[in-house]
Amino acid sequence: MSTKNIEEKQYLLRFKCDTKSHLTVLDHDVCMTQCPDKLCTVFCPAEVYKWEGLRMQVGYEGCHECGSCRIGCPYQNIKWEYPKGGHGIVFRLA
Amino acid sequence: MPEKFDVIVVGAGPAGTSCAYTCAKSGLNVLLIERGEYPGSKNVMGGVLYRKQMEEIIPEFWKEAPLERPVIEQRFWMMDKESVVSFGYKGLEWGMEPYNNFTVLRAHFDQWFARKAVEAGALLINETVVLECLVENGKVIGVRTDRPDGDILADVVVLADGVNSLLSKQLGFHKEFRPDEVALTVMEVVNLPKDKINDRFNLEENQGCTIEIFGDSTKGNLGTAFLYTNKESLNIGVGTTLSSMIKAKLKPYDLLDYLKTHPMIKPYLEGGESAEYLAHLIPEGGYRSVPRVAGNGVLVVGDAAQLVNAIHREGSNMAMSSGKMAAEAVIEAKQANDFSESSLNRYKDALYGSFIMKDLEKYKDAAHVFEKYPQYLRDYVPMMNRAASKFFTVDGTPKRDKQKEIMRNMTSERGKFGMLQDIYRAWKAVK
Ligand SMILES: Cc1cc2nc3c(=O)[nH]c(=O)nc-3n(C[C@H](O)[C@H](O)[C@H](O)COP(=O)(O)OP(=O)(O)OC[C@H]3O[C@@H](n4cnc5c(N)ncnc54)[C@H](O)[C@@H]3O)c2cc1C
Ligand code: SF4
Ligand code: SF4
Repeated sequence: MSTKNIEEKQYLLRFKCDTKSHLTVLDHDVCMTQCPDKLCTVFCPAEVYKWEGLRMQVGYEGCHECGSCRIGCPYQNIKWEYPKGGHGIVFRLA
Repeated sequence: MPEKFDVIVVGAGPAGTSCAYTCAKSGLNVLLIERGEYPGSKNVMGGVLYRKQMEEIIPEFWKEAPLERPVIEQRFWMMDKESVVSFGYKGLEWGMEPYNNFTVLRAHFDQWFARKAVEAGALLINETVVLECLVENGKVIGVRTDRPDGDILADVVVLADGVNSLLSKQLGFHKEFRPDEVALTVMEVVNLPKDKINDRFNLEENQGCTIEIFGDSTKGNLGTAFLYTNKESLNIGVGTTLSSMIKAKLKPYDLLDYLKTHPMIKPYLEGGESAEYLAHLIPEGGYRSVPRVAGNGVLVVGDAAQLVNAIHREGSNMAMSSGKMAAEAVIEAKQANDFSESSLNRYKDALYGSFIMKDLEKYKDAAHVFEKYPQYLRDYVPMMNRAASKFFTVDGTPKRDKQKEIMRNMTSERGKFGMLQDIYRAWKAVK
């Protein structure tokens, strides 16, 4: 079947998860007070970020390591590293 | 004492592997470091691999490389909501040696290519992140990895670490890229039986087709979409500049699903099985965004140096050629035993004298013009569709009257002067 939503898309992928997050939201108050649209929750292609009313939940396990949130966060509020060698997303095709 | 190599290449994509392969072939002691489980496991591409630049590295590679299909037809679609204006070229000569280009799946291709570098004598280590370049007295002398005892030395470090190039940023070669300098692109591989693909795209055995789609594929935002044929699957993808994505508050996967269910696209995908979903950035800043590419003991190649021609979707070929040019500069530097910036600037000179920087220079205003004046994709594509529909509908109106009416409709929307200005601006940007 062809996927219809992001959950189905993410389900197709293989991840070798690290135990530690390679993504850190530095100051949750900045998200709360300065970023009304919570932009990273909109453009992140893997729905890694979820706003929980007071803080940002970071589901780093599903990250494609694309870099968009590091460049696109208007407040440089995301510390962005690569997962440990051999960890993170494992593309098998394209 | 850490181990020392002639050259360390960071990243086993097309840029890094070309560089490592060329250095190893000439007898240099080469270490190729890749953070993924295997080369290609972090890499994404729509899928068109250009024969010319690949052949300059490995002659007649098509006899052994894992390729999908030679592309014999290229179509361009100006797509509106329920219509499309299409043009293109199909030629059987592209299906024969020496071919024009091929579709590939990068996880397969990159592994094969890296194996060629290893056969030529390079040492490949996977599952290893380079955390930073080691700098001493203003010269890069090696790298620090995330392995225990992870420092490794080299005369030259080549940064082929892709669009996010944290390493060239660490060296101060460029600042963080802006959201209008990168395109966020998402794609899916959709499995479909070979016969279905051949029927739907009007192809025979070992023939491929590519479709570039403009207009409603990005809901009029600055970007493009593509639909490419593999052996037994299709690659469908869409991307816009990250700045457009942010401005339009678009979710990339919603845009992809919009495309997949678009009435002009849906029949091609019918009955297909999604096999993989992938997201990646494309550096699209062009000529003005190319950072410093050479320093003492260090070179920058491929996407890390923003070497992509967004207008012609060329990236992998520029990555390969730049990797090869860097290798040639390293080989000469080794002969002269001089790894200073002025010696390694041979690479910069070669790059700026090549098709890469000439093409980037030629199109240096294109993205900028299209971002600043959104009417091109937003207004003109629907206008072209309406004009074509009017012209080809047989309703008893004489053709001459039709042409007049089409012109009248078009100029009434933007005004005659506005439209002429737009045409001139676009022509100047892409001529
Ligand atoms: C959706 C999409 C469609 C595209 N379509 C086309 C197309 O049809 N034709 C075309 O020619 N181009 C296309 N491109 C562009 C093309 O994919 C790139 O230009 C090309 O892959 C660049 O090669 P590269 O070797 O410079 O970088 P990459 O292929 O990105 O390789 C970089 C490598 O470095 C590794 N790495 C990064 N940092 C580190 C580190 N610190 N330590 C160790 N390893 C590291 C990565 O894991 C990766 O393997 C497309 C791109 C995308 C995203
Ligand atoms: S984009 Fe940056 S500031 Fe906005 S919600 Fe995300 S992390 Fe917070
Ligand atoms: S790197 Fe890309 S996929 Fe990962 S969290 Fe950031 S935007 Fe999402």
